[in-house]
Amino acid sequence: MTSLAIAANGLRKSYGDKVVLDGIDLSVPEGTVFSLLGPNGAGKTTAVKILSTLITADAGEIRVGGHDLATDPQAVRAAIGVTGQFSAVDGLITGEENMLLMADLHHLPRAEGRRVAAELLERFDLTEAAKKPASTYSGGMKRRLDIAMTLVGDPRIIFLDEPTTGLDPRSRHNMWGIIRQLVSGGVSVFLTTQYLEEADELADRIAVLSDGKIAAEGSADELKRLIPGGHVRLRFTDPAAYQSAASTLREVARDDEALALQIPSDGSQRELRSILDWLSVANIEADELTVHTPDLDDVFFALTGGADIPHQPNQPKENVR
Amino acid sequence: MSSLSLAVRDSSTMLRRNLLHARRYPSLTLNLLLTPIMLLLLFVYIFGDAMSAGIGGADRSAYIAYIVPGILLMTIGSTVVGTAVSVSGDMTEGIIARFRTMAIHRGSVIIGHVVGSVLQAIISVVLVGAVAVAIGFRSTDATVLEWLAAFGLLVLFALALTWIAVGMGLISPNAEAASNNAMPMILLPLLSSAFVPVDAMPGWFQPIAEYQPFTPAIETLRGLLLGTEIGNNGWISVAWSLGLAVLGYRWSAAKFNSDPK
Repeated sequence: MTSLAIAANGLRKSYGDKVVLDGIDLSVPEGTVFSLLGPNGAGKTTAVKILSTLITADAGEIRVGGHDLATDPQAVRAAIGVTGQFSAVDGLITGEENMLLMADLHHLPRAEGRRVAAELLERFDLTEAAKKPASTYSGGMKRRLDIAMTLVGDPRIIFLDEPTTGLDPRSRHNMWGIIRQLVSGGVSVFLTTQYLEEADELADRIAVLSDGKIAAEGSADELKRLIPGGHVRLRFTDPAAYQSAASTLREVARDDEALALQIPSDGSQRELRSILDWLSVANIEADELTVHTPDLDDVFFALTGGADIPHQPNQPKENVR
Repeated sequence: MSSLSLAVRDSSTMLRRNLLHARRYPSLTLNLLLTPIMLLLLFVYIFGDAMSAGIGGADRSAYIAYIVPGILLMTIGSTVVGTAVSVSGDMTEGIIARFRTMAIHRGSVIIGHVVGSVLQAIISVVLVGAVAVAIGFRSTDATVLEWLAAFGLLVLFALALTWIAVGMGLISPNAEAASNNAMPMILLPLLSSAFVPVDAMPGWFQPIAEYQPFTPAIETLRGLLLGTEIGNNGWISVAWSLGLAVLGYRWSAAKFNSDPK
């Protein structure tokens, strides 16, 4: 049995009348990446703030790193590292001084503190900028310094609150690489994000937070299976060809405006071949054929009350597979 | 590590951080020094003769002796405005949230600010004192003991005002608000016996000048440096300082320990 890095039961928090977290349960096994996914204002940051001891919950039993959050917050703090949504670096001092500040607060001996600081600056490609004030850093550099500072104490559980929000694509991919490295070193990661792709890339388990409740939880694949999504889309340029194909194929979903037909499919080669065979037999030749696999976007919009599921208007549920 | 040595170690780390800020960005501290120095020069060189006649002194040097204790305490009031501003600015930084999630001594962030601020206040007092000496201020016949007592009073007073200023910084959402909230620290000395004796003020105003922390502290400092009558003022100013320090400490601790927004 693996032990849990984070376990929360009935986590509740409201500000005045506004219920932000309405009794959520979370469990994160050690050495895994757990992603809390949700739109802006869903309560992701509040959850991180509570779990990282920054603010107190109204109710709920919470254990982080095996320590009770309510009775022993200092033990929890010793086990965790937090990188918030807004960079938690001291802009007035240099990157190196920020690192040494962390080393001092973790009570590392001077020489070891210098060594750890230099190593992490090197690892996060900040050695050149180490002597410049952190306020002059770019967004990506600040975020890297932020994570480097979090790692000074060698925490076993790391909270990353929207670590790639506002980063350019290259910096985002770098950040993903950093997170994967951490996990391969046995660290447990609690990640919040509004990017589905990010959760899909990194997380072992994903919980979708919507209106203060967990709308769904599971692996990315499990979540994708929750809703219909995969299909083959045939597009025609000639309305006559479209009409004849539509009447021949009958069961498929039609999009008369785009002259496109959608045939449910899981995207496997086997199914694709049988669809192609079927089309040849029916003598249908589409001008464009694209394969759509369900992605977390579909899940996200379906679960968080987004109006329509993209890519598949009017698709009846029973048509799936 | 025992909790006391943890407190000392983390607080001194935080102090180093604050001193680094002050050293790298000295403009705030230096700007705040301008007010007391300008008032000193203004009252001595522009209004000096009239003021001197007003307190029954023979010439301008009599007024220099009168005004300097008040200016020194005003310097403290002025530097703690900087404390309020830097505390409120600091609290809006993400790094404070980081500190709160680390296994460090809880109060070290605030203690670092307080100790750093008292050190800056003392340095400022020394600088303003040097200007005063340069324009002719002399502490006549003060003993070593009186000098030490004067120094102790200045430190205690700085500590008291700093704790209050930290509380003001903690309740201020931004630097502008902090600067406004801390304004009484600069205004109160103007309403004290710093520039004219209380009994030379209109009768209805005298209680305002008398029952506030600056006047007894100024009278005590005057007595220690110049040998004037101290009377009860010594005890009253110690009581004011301790009271304000405890009040400011409890206020700041309550504010800092409550959940951040």
